[in-house]
Amino acid sequence: MSKRDVTHLHGDDPLDEVPAEVWKPARGQKVLAFLRNIWRQLTSMRVALVLLFLLALASLPGALLPQWSLNRVKTAQYILDHPTMGPILDDLGFFAVFGSPWYAAIYLLLFISLIGCLTPRTFEFIRQLRAVPVLTPRNLARMPHHEKVEASPGLPPVEVADRVEAGLRRWRKVRRSEGDTLTISAEKGYLREVGNLVFHISLVGILVAIAVGKLVGYEGNVVVRLGEDTCLTAASYDDFRPGLLIDGTELKPICVTVDSFDATYTDAGIATAFTIKFRYQLDEDLNTGNWRNGQVQINEPMRFDGERLYLLGHGFAPKFQVTYPNGEVRDYIQNFQPTDPMLLSEGAVKIPDPPVEGEKKQLALVGIFAPDTFVHAGILTSIFPAPNNPGVAIQVYQGDLGPSYSVYQVNQDQIDNGALADRGRANLLPGESMTIEDGTKITFTGYEQWVSLQVSYDPAQGFALIFAITMIAGLMLSLTIKRRRVWYRISPGADGARTVVEVGGLARTDQAGYGSEFSSMVALVPGAPGSTDVPAERADSFYAT
Amino acid sequence: MAVNETFASLSDSGFQAALAGYVVALGCYAVEFASKRTTTVHTAERVPVGVGALTADGTPGGRPVVPTAGGNGIGLVTKEQRGLPWAERFGRAGFVVTVIALVANIFSMLMRGLATERMPLGNLYEFMSMICTVGTAALVVVIVRTNARTIGMFVMLPIALLAILSGTVLYVPAGELMASLNNYWLVIHVTAISISSGVLLFSGIASVLYLIRERGDRQGKVFQETSVWAKLPTTDALDRIAYRTAIIAFPVYTFAVVAGALWAEVAWGRYWGWDPKEIGAFMTWVVYACYLHARATAGWRGRRAAWISMLGFATVIFNLFFVNFVTTGLHSYA
Repeated sequence: MSKRDVTHLHGDDPLDEVPAEVWKPARGQKVLAFLRNIWRQLTSMRVALVLLFLLALASLPGALLPQWSLNRVKTAQYILDHPTMGPILDDLGFFAVFGSPWYAAIYLLLFISLIGCLTPRTFEFIRQLRAVPVLTPRNLARMPHHEKVEASPGLPPVEVADRVEAGLRRWRKVRRSEGDTLTISAEKGYLREVGNLVFHISLVGILVAIAVGKLVGYEGNVVVRLGEDTCLTAASYDDFRPGLLIDGTELKPICVTVDSFDATYTDAGIATAFTIKFRYQLDEDLNTGNWRNGQVQINEPMRFDGERLYLLGHGFAPKFQVTYPNGEVRDYIQNFQPTDPMLLSEGAVKIPDPPVEGEKKQLALVGIFAPDTFVHAGILTSIFPAPNNPGVAIQVYQGDLGPSYSVYQVNQDQIDNGALADRGRANLLPGESMTIEDGTKITFTGYEQWVSLQVSYDPAQGFALIFAITMIAGLMLSLTIKRRRVWYRISPGADGARTVVEVGGLARTDQAGYGSEFSSMVALVPGAPGSTDVPAERADSFYAT
Repeated sequence: MAVNETFASLSDSGFQAALAGYVVALGCYAVEFASKRTTTVHTAERVPVGVGALTADGTPGGRPVVPTAGGNGIGLVTKEQRGLPWAERFGRAGFVVTVIALVANIFSMLMRGLATERMPLGNLYEFMSMICTVGTAALVVVIVRTNARTIGMFVMLPIALLAILSGTVLYVPAGELMASLNNYWLVIHVTAISISSGVLLFSGIASVLYLIRERGDRQGKVFQETSVWAKLPTTDALDRIAYRTAIIAFPVYTFAVVAGALWAEVAWGRYWGWDPKEIGAFMTWVVYACYLHARATAGWRGRRAAWISMLGFATVIFNLFFVNFVTTGLHSYA
């Protein structure tokens, strides 16, 4: 086994230097050495780059394939459509990419690598902060930037050094003497590394904040009709997505009654605003019976103590009255699902328990609802999303409903195998009715509106934001601050001649930009070209140019 | 709030002018790039011509035809020359037309903003118009600062295509915003994302050209003397252009993604939910983070970094087009 790690031969990181004498091939040490080697590989930039690349690559299926978390129906359909690959991909987690073990493995390795890299770098940086700028190299002519100038006559080295130091205001600098000769070493750009560290530490912070949110946060969705009194608990949500440490019992119930829904539309039917007004009770109100008023708009959720209430969608619920042959009258209402921008909605009213002849006479009203009805050639469409002229088109089935798979549809198998018989169709405006052959009369009596609400709870999202802000700040620092070194060697001229100053410069980042900046460093020497302290004999020409 | 028809039609005219300008500029740059002639005057003393080398009049002692690019990307114009060669005239005209088209595009966006009294970034047409503007502005700035006019054709080609796509398929008349977009976050998020995407696309093109040039350079003299591609700026210049633009765009892109997360928190109930567009943005961000790290790591500079940058370019395109036109997600507004 090699004593040196090839990935670290460029020696960016002095902590990785392996002392030569520790090597005795005992078993424990071999294991230790193996682990060390793995650790060094993991924290090397090469592996970090590969992991970053893998992270991007592994995200791709999330965008290309349907995901359970975003669209269950579409994902299930995709698996049905691809009977061979579908189940395999599902087992491998391709429909839940961002919760899959392989995705977690990549980002966890990446963050371990990041932390393994950050820790020594932080200590190294603290050490550097305490250290004085490095000694002036013996041969400044070998620096990428170098110039030799003479100071103004009559200025001894000490005075030149004073002037130069005064000019190096925001630099860390140290003056040393080599006999008669003075040197100044100066360095700046420490904030770049600060930015670098802040950026990367913030990334770790964001990951932790996301993780905490996924553990103790939750989301719940519910559809409620206007005027309906609903208490939002884990059990009452239509869809409840708890964090890993949440079992639903710790939720504070919020009771909500939506009183009004207002939408404004352009002439073209594009909604420009949605607002709901509602009354609500939080935990202490449930005992006192106190109701508070609230309002939610698109892009403006209501913020309770941690929980947020969102308005995500809205739609219509047509109402029907069915008069059975035995004279009994019953009312039905069913939420329909919007299918187009004009809110043409579809759904099915399923009546499993009609008061006549049991199962064989189960009823289903499969229909579409239009808030602004337009009928052409018998086809009903909606021409505007507001309920200006509501109407329905219904198709009546009678017979055996069979097992139900969706609240919005009847079981198509039952229609195909004849268990559900077609009893006719009609387009109805409010108050209008149709009568099927056994005398059952179906009346369209109107509609109600429903809204789709979401409650979200994520106590860590504020921290995610703070870390996101520090991340951007760190990034800006690390990309804009430039690390520069400059050295001056100030020697007395021979026998009363002018003081000679040698200047050397090294750009530790962004070399291309150092040229003109270096010239201004040289110009700090009084009497050098471009300096404000112009030698007397050249003053005229200076002002002339 | 009604749409001001005068401003709306001025905006449309402005966009048509910009579109025409982009196409004309593309043609001009293409003529300049395709011509073998270069602006540098070579004397027999300065460049010894070997037997069999291409010369202007076919004789071994004649003026050599050596496509050369100066360090800044274009040939040196010497004082001895009388007037400019026609190819360079096309190039210069192309630049002037580019600037005019840019002004027209900015004018078009301003007019649309005035017509609708909102930020003109409410649909894909307006968004793509902004991307064209930003890409062109980046080109103008880079040409002014580095003289690298030979990249003009390669930047103008996608911009002209994008403008044609915007003006035809994606075009929507000036109108009001849908409720979900009617928010100040639209201004912050979409402005930042379109500016950074435009600049990243520009950076990606520079990296693609870097790879072409670098490959040619490895072929050595044959490439230098015979290929029109040798007119491209040097690999160093292209690398600098790609890197400088990327480090400008990357923080803006990061900010745009964070602003998007803030908007998502008020609009969709969570700040991050792996919507297809969010995935695309995340991929772009990760790949460019990879690029910046590679560029700062010994052994990864140059070609490898350029490949990563090209990959980033691909993710930006994927996110702008594939995600918008093929997948459906929360970002499907058009």
